[in-house]
Amino acid sequence: MTAKQKNSLIELLASVQLALFLLFLLSTTAIIGTLIPQHAQPALYSQQYGPAAARFIQLLDIDDMYNSWWFLSLLTLFAINLIVCSADRLPRLIRLLKRDNLATTREQLERFSLQRAMDSPLPCDEQLGHLQSIFKEHGWKAQERRTESGAVLLFAQKAPWSRFGVYLVHASILIILVGAVVGSPAFARKVLKNSDFAYKGFVMLPERAFTDHVVAIRQNQPINLGFMLRCDQFHIEFYDNGMPKTYRSQVTVLEQGQEVLRTEIEVNKPLRYKGVTFYQSSYQPYQNYEIQLKKQPDGVTSTQIIPPAQETHWEAGGISYGIINRERQGEVTRRVKLWLHDGEGEASQLWVEMGKEVVIERPSGQYLLNIKQMYATGLQAAKDPGVWLVYLGCLLMLTGLYAAFFLSHRKLFAHVQENGPGCRLLFAGTANKNKVQFGHVFTRMADKLQQR
Amino acid sequence: MDSSLLFGFSMIAYILASAMYLAGLLFKAPRFNLAGTCLTIGGVAMHSLATLLRWQETHQVGSGHAPLTNMYESLVFFALCTALLYLFLEYRYKMRGLGAFILPIAALIMAYASFSPRIDDSIKPLIPALQSNWLIAHVVTCFIGYGAFAIAGALGLMYLLKKRGAQQRENGLLPSLASIDELTYKTLIFGFLWLSAGIITGAIWANEAWGTYWSWDPKETWSIITWFLYALTLHARFTRGWSGTRIAWLSIVGFVAVLFTYFGVNFFLSGLHSYGAS
Ligand code: HEM
Repeated sequence: MTAKQKNSLIELLASVQLALFLLFLLSTTAIIGTLIPQHAQPALYSQQYGPAAARFIQLLDIDDMYNSWWFLSLLTLFAINLIVCSADRLPRLIRLLKRDNLATTREQLERFSLQRAMDSPLPCDEQLGHLQSIFKEHGWKAQERRTESGAVLLFAQKAPWSRFGVYLVHASILIILVGAVVGSPAFARKVLKNSDFAYKGFVMLPERAFTDHVVAIRQNQPINLGFMLRCDQFHIEFYDNGMPKTYRSQVTVLEQGQEVLRTEIEVNKPLRYKGVTFYQSSYQPYQNYEIQLKKQPDGVTSTQIIPPAQETHWEAGGISYGIINRERQGEVTRRVKLWLHDGEGEASQLWVEMGKEVVIERPSGQYLLNIKQMYATGLQAAKDPGVWLVYLGCLLMLTGLYAAFFLSHRKLFAHVQENGPGCRLLFAGTANKNKVQFGHVFTRMADKLQQR
Repeated sequence: MDSSLLFGFSMIAYILASAMYLAGLLFKAPRFNLAGTCLTIGGVAMHSLATLLRWQETHQVGSGHAPLTNMYESLVFFALCTALLYLFLEYRYKMRGLGAFILPIAALIMAYASFSPRIDDSIKPLIPALQSNWLIAHVVTCFIGYGAFAIAGALGLMYLLKKRGAQQRENGLLPSLASIDELTYKTLIFGFLWLSAGIITGAIWANEAWGTYWSWDPKETWSIITWFLYALTLHARFTRGWSGTRIAWLSIVGFVAVLFTYFGVNFFLSGLHSYGAS
């Protein structure tokens, strides 16, 4: 590659035309993945689109297009464009900000679009005092320099750093992209060769059961957690109209057999532990029930897990019981009809709601009964070490957008020169954005100056 | 008085305001415009009150939630944001002719929300996935952005019509092409900031609820497509000096993308966000 070719390549990579072209390409190609189903079975594609189109889909990874080589290449090119473009312009900005504003000459000020020349009867020193106080009144801190010719230049500026807003936005996009790569399971698997570094996994954990691993989604491989998770209980609550209100898992974290954390996981309230986040994602009802019984006044208790339609005998409590009917919504039991007999008189038969304690009076005593259906809780587990970078990038992006759009770098100059007994004054200003608004501020200050 | 009645009144106020603003434009009579402004203010006041009332009504079915959780509620909020932003612009930039383009949008959204058989306006308690403050932040930020983009689109349309009519006759009630162009740009950057915030809060919510901040589901993908389109528009403007007709067209295309993100995805494509369709 000759130097000239190299330069024109860099020029291309630094150009906004390329950025516009890439933005256009990204937005149009991204549509494809919303029209063609993603991650479906290969058979579906040939069925739906014909074998030729299906081969094309496979070739271009359109069944997983947002991870395809060509889409990722587009994103990479976009990132390179952003880096080269910013690197190309940043030095110019820094030079601009480092420029010695107090070296500005009267001739330069005369070319500003916002300027007003005035003649003042006041001597220069007094006029300077006025100027300083008017600047101060309007929140401007002015610097002063006397030139060799005896004239004095006053200079003040606001929000020069707001010019970096654009670069903050651009940098934030790069930070988000880096965060996305760091947290990507594919990157952990294929580049770092360490699928424990970042993953998305799942576990279906029955109540009372433990797990020390989850299963990676799509790869179907076990991933060790490095600690144990136990599901103590799973609850579903419903609204009066039957809609689900809460899915909640009570879980315990154990390290080397020791309980270290007991907490609840709900939808929108995940558990974070050692870089892994567990989310309530699904559940599976089992068709058996845990029955807790306590007999009064003896105080003996029993906990049994039983299937429906099976008689169970509780020796210490002196009763037999069983589930003879159930009212269900799908797989979820809302209440059961219980049969209970202590051998004296007629057996009790009653409907019992899940999780609501009932008291059953029998000739042999009082029975406190609590029944609940058994579940497994479906937890999604994610380890995403990049998410903090992504969040940081988001925060920087909003800050940068605000600075880039709504703050402007404003400068005010006042050039004061002796003119007989009085002095000659040139007041000038510039802003890089919101010029109209700054024009009003400028006019107001100039009017005040003229009044004195 | 229940909230749906008040929403109905605000819809009527918007329809009448649209008629007034249109009459103002056609007959070049500022008096109609003043009536339009009064009706819009009345409509926005009733609309806000109705929103608060509906919020209170949600306590009767569940534990109460901000009314921003289904298609009906978001449509109604979309209309409120659009009308409110319009009032602000009218106050700030004294552009009354704009009302003839924007109030019909607000009226149309309200009418669609109220009369479409696809939109269920009953108050339902929140399913677990929607019980999150990030949802509120997400909806509010998105719809402030969408409201701004609706206005930018209307401004674009106004620009094109005015430009066409400019050769024939001057309509004094429409602002000058240059000020429409300037205001389009201002509205676009305002919308872009809020859309960015909307996508970000949505991503955070997704991460809290499902463990992935970005899953390329159709709604997310379309929102990023829209974001790319507006980024393209803004860059074309401040680095390539595009303005006038081209920006007007881009602001209309952008708003079409917004509408597809919002409606098209629910009706034509499926994904995580499909509960929004109910
Ligand atoms: C979607 C991604 C992007 C976003 C959100 C974004 C955002 C912004 C923002 C907010 C501004 C400031 C606008 C203003 O001053 O009013 C800006 C300016 C600019 N952007 Fe981007 N940008 C993106 C991508 C790119 C890319 C890929 C390039 C690569 C060439 C680029 C080049 C520029 C340039 C040259 C400017 C003008 C800077 C200046 O005024 O000195 N942008 N961008």
